[in-house]
Amino acid sequence: MRFSAARILKEGLTGNRGWRPHWRSPEPKPDYDIIIVGGGGHGLATAYYLARTHGLTNIAVLEKGYLGGGNVGRNTTIVRANYAMPGNTEFYSHSLKLWEGLEQDLNYNVMHSQRGVINLFHSDGQRDYAVRRANAMLIQGDDAIILDRDGVRRMLPYLDHDNARFPIYGGLYHPRGGTARHDAVAWGFARGADMRGVDLIQNCEVTGIDIEHGRVTGVQTTRGPIRAKKIGLAAAGRSSQVAAMAGLRLPIESNILQAFVTEGLKPVIDNVVTFGMGHFYISQSDKGGLVFGGDLDYYASYAARGNLPAAEHVMEAGMALMPMIGKAKVLRSWGGIVDMTPDGSPIIDKAPVDGLYLNCGWCYGGFKATPGSGHTFAHLIATDTPHEAAAGLRLDRFASGIGLMDEEGTGSQHNLH
Amino acid sequence: MRLPCPICGPRDSREFIYRGTALDRPAPDAGTEAWEEYLHLRDNPAGPIREFWYHHAGCTAWIEVTRNTATHEISDAVLAGGEGAA
Ligand SMILES: Cc1cc2nc3c(=O)[nH]c(=O)nc-3n(C[C@H](O)[C@H](O)[C@H](O)COP(=O)(O)OP(=O)(O)OC[C@H]3O[C@@H](n4cnc5c(N)ncnc54)[C@H](O)[C@@H]3O)c2cc1C
Ligand SMILES: [Zn+2]
Repeated sequence: MRFSAARILKEGLTGNRGWRPHWRSPEPKPDYDIIIVGGGGHGLATAYYLARTHGLTNIAVLEKGYLGGGNVGRNTTIVRANYAMPGNTEFYSHSLKLWEGLEQDLNYNVMHSQRGVINLFHSDGQRDYAVRRANAMLIQGDDAIILDRDGVRRMLPYLDHDNARFPIYGGLYHPRGGTARHDAVAWGFARGADMRGVDLIQNCEVTGIDIEHGRVTGVQTTRGPIRAKKIGLAAAGRSSQVAAMAGLRLPIESNILQAFVTEGLKPVIDNVVTFGMGHFYISQSDKGGLVFGGDLDYYASYAARGNLPAAEHVMEAGMALMPMIGKAKVLRSWGGIVDMTPDGSPIIDKAPVDGLYLNCGWCYGGFKATPGSGHTFAHLIATDTPHEAAAGLRLDRFASGIGLMDEEGTGSQHNLH
Repeated sequence: MRLPCPICGPRDSREFIYRGTALDRPAPDAGTEAWEEYLHLRDNPAGPIREFWYHHAGCTAWIEVTRNTATHEISDAVLAGGEGAA
């Protein structure tokens, strides 16, 4: 089933009776060449690119709940390539380029909107760092513009520019950054993988990983054992538990990240804006809701709901930056379990077990990575060599100290990011 | 969430700084593997965990808390390094 304007017109005129489910619900087969654990954005994208780029289709994606019910359906949908550290810059640049062709490639509207991201700065030191980061982005071949006070004032007139404590000095503007419809990204990759013959198996929790003579042979699941030659783990916040089934301990601690959305309003916030003096960032969804968030709840948790102190901090920071937001009513808030690494950057690498591959440590920023992660993880699984854009996302960087990607400059240690 | 400080009694979690999983610090010459375990690798359980909290806006003690990461239920809190601590 292909989507096109002609098709929409035809269906509209004939009562929309011709649409079919976007993917099958197959029974699991007894064995596959490749099993992907986790049907979130990254697992689905990996299966898609294994089929699309490498022609491998004897693949199953095993999802314990429903497709897209994890963080891919809980995030605040920001897509950007404005990182500073080698390893991250080339990876997110690669991912953003895939985003730019994604809708045509998937034949699916993921509502990717390059509305621009502005990171505000409020001191001379922050300006220096913004300029350094902008230069790193430009050297990588991406786009970055430093806005001065008046530049920000013209673009974002609704901010409290002359706030006595946190006056706005300027902003790092990344025009190609923006947002996308998170659910549609999961659905688009699911449909694309299914169309190419990948089995998407829902309500199928992996409960064990079988290993013989140091090599994976399959998995145990709530729907019975399934054999596989290769297994890719893409379980995001649950990565530690899944890896433990293969006897591994990961450099990961799971924390909660919250998000908030207001009632639908007329268009008021055109871009993505981040505050530099408190944990707050915001955009407006196409339905009109103001979607915003901040930082982690700051302790290990699998509760999948947020605590009050973090919610209060986000609201306070929002009020400091744009007092007008106080008039909007918050409709909902929620939390997702995020897989935090010591340096706040991800891992795409082989595991120290033959045939087992790791995709984890996405912290609070893995939505923008979805196509890049799927593309490079598929490359690693198919060819047993890292893709050049993801060669820096190594598991051993913590032990060696070489190639750490500590974007915030706070150190490579748990609970600092 | 309130944490039961053994010195101050039940206090708002905002008075505390989270200091992570309670682990024994290896000897300085224990080797790379022991330090990698201590610094980076975690069990990261969805269940009970022993962890340090620092009561910075209270008595400034470090306390060792047993907390369930799935429910946030706290079953034990003792002074770090004191009686009952790991
Ligand atoms: C509130 C919030 C806001 C965020 N905002 C942004 C943002 O603005 N921009 C950005 O880039 N990133 C953002 N992120 C981060 C991003 O959402 C995640 O990094 C990313 O979605 C993780 O990859 P995923 O989509 O594959 O994860 P998930 O969708 O969580 O997929 C993992 C899947 O694995 C499944 N699974 C787990 N264990 C098993 C098992 N044993 N067997 C079978 N299946 C299993 C889970 O059910 C789940 O569906 C945000 C996260 C949160 C929580
Ligand atoms: Zn105390």
